[in-house]
Amino acid sequence: MVVLTGKSVFNDVCMGKLSFYKRNERVIKRYKVEDTEAETKRFESAKASAIEQLGGLYQKALQDVGEANAAIFEIHQMMLEDLDYCESIINIITSQQVNAEYAVGVTADNFSAMFEAMDDAYMQGRAADVRDVSERLIAVLSGQDVDQKTYNEPVIIAADDLVPSETIQLDKSKVLGFAMQFGSANSHTAILARSMGIPAVIGLGEDFLESFDGQEAIIDGFTGTVYIEPDEKTKREMEQKKKEVEQKKELLSKLKGKENITLDGRKVNIFANIGNPSDVGSVLTNDAGGIGLFRSEFLYLENEDFPTEEQQFLAYKQVAETMAGKKVIIRTLDIGADKQAEYFHLDKEENPALGYRAIRICLTRTEIFKTQLRALYRAAVFGNISIMFPMITSVEEIKNINKIVAEVKNELEQEGIPYKKEVETGIMIETPAAALVSDELAKEVDFFSVGTNDLTQYTLAIDRQNQKLEPFYNPHHKAILKLIKMAADNAHKEGKWIGICGELGADTSLTEEFLRIGIDELSVSPSMILELRKKVRELKID
Amino acid sequence: MKEFKYVIKDELGLHARPAGLLVKEAAKFQSNIKLEANGKSGDAKRILGIMSMGIKKDCEVTVTADGNDEAEAVHALEVFFKENL
Repeated sequence: MVVLTGKSVFNDVCMGKLSFYKRNERVIKRYKVEDTEAETKRFESAKASAIEQLGGLYQKALQDVGEANAAIFEIHQMMLEDLDYCESIINIITSQQVNAEYAVGVTADNFSAMFEAMDDAYMQGRAADVRDVSERLIAVLSGQDVDQKTYNEPVIIAADDLVPSETIQLDKSKVLGFAMQFGSANSHTAILARSMGIPAVIGLGEDFLESFDGQEAIIDGFTGTVYIEPDEKTKREMEQKKKEVEQKKELLSKLKGKENITLDGRKVNIFANIGNPSDVGSVLTNDAGGIGLFRSEFLYLENEDFPTEEQQFLAYKQVAETMAGKKVIIRTLDIGADKQAEYFHLDKEENPALGYRAIRICLTRTEIFKTQLRALYRAAVFGNISIMFPMITSVEEIKNINKIVAEVKNELEQEGIPYKKEVETGIMIETPAAALVSDELAKEVDFFSVGTNDLTQYTLAIDRQNQKLEPFYNPHHKAILKLIKMAADNAHKEGKWIGICGELGADTSLTEEFLRIGIDELSVSPSMILELRKKVRELKID
Repeated sequence: MKEFKYVIKDELGLHARPAGLLVKEAAKFQSNIKLEANGKSGDAKRILGIMSMGIKKDCEVTVTADGNDEAEAVHALEVFFKENL
């Protein structure tokens, strides 16, 4: 048995045969060309095909590993379009009168050497990106397909390190795990293994020999250990470990499609919090009952100027349609305090958390608010949209909001633009004031959603951003639970529902208490949904 | 010519993803846009060049734009740096 250790990038155990990743050695021939103009054209058209191929990989990666991880293929496209890179290739073709393959090869060597010479491990890793795109370009030029490996049985992929396009093209059903000689936590193998949920150990070093190819191995992703030709004792231990991990995973997958119901029959809605339309995928895979908080800030923060009505309408419509009739609660603009957008030209404030933010901006700069409301009422035609207003402290604010809503509806009516007449509207309970007058507020709105992060900050007078205050920060403080209970009782008295969309909603040590208080909905980050469902199904309330 | 200075706050520095986004952003403008840091300079529209500048956390970057839309370019890029880096 050989035992090697490296750095783990994903906690899981797998066992199987090692298969060393072999690349076709490509020998690049250098030959003279007379017509350098035609050769340059040949390069340009190969570049276009390579960029197109990368577009295909981007689409595949988008589905397999999400937008953030797929971005690397867009960056690869940019590398191929980079002027320095292209000029170097064309320059070599014309000045040396040589073939494009050779020019690409030399250019790739130069640029990857430049990255390798940098003093930062992350940037040194980018040399692999340059080689990856250049390799693709040369393959296109020489009329070959880029290597695609096929495996007859699931294996542990072993290699020095894999470049992004190699990783993404692997048939995932045949990959048990990754064991790499080199690579860092920032390498693409690591990033992709993590997002695909495959055990991987990197940085095993040169003792991880190619001669291990075909041998039995076990990867323990918890400790970063690879056992080659493991003995019986190790095998038994690892099998036990694997069983435990699988039981946990299975339990979670069993919970998919199940109701959020306690042992004694109490039901609660478990919804998801999202901040971008691209998060909807994980909402659906984790089986959320709806979206309990869709923060609309991304529209404002990702823009250089106020987002137009059309832009907002399309984003809301897309999410509502994808959720296909499930509830989507969209919170109106919550800019200010720690979330700033330049073009709002907000003044610097002494106490931004207590300052000009959220609904306070909307009620004084009504043109911004009206644009958002128009988009929301229009999009509501296409799905089950509810609207939620943040930072409420008084009934007057709701009356003002309702006045503006009536104006907006009236305008849409006059203009003959389709909109939904009755949209469920609610408010965030995130100030102690709102909780304290929740009896009156409950008469004016359809639902409450408790924003525990701000409610905690305002109730305990503790700045969330100040780390020094951490010892004083007690999210389980009785004062907060009392305020939540007060709001819940008042909501129910008026026949309205109440949810929690702050971080506390995902705190399973409080789930029992929340259900006792009568909380109707918990909205948490998508990855917490099934865990919370498990907790609910184990509880007995009455 | 217009310019602004910005100190990088991102832990990884100007890594691949923001570099890609920066190139996209810079490409929206006609002006020549240059980055200067660590005594090196690079064209903001060329990804390999700016990645090789080795711009890390706490590094001060000077961004200059020169051309007919330089004011808009500087404004947009300043917003970009604040949001992404």
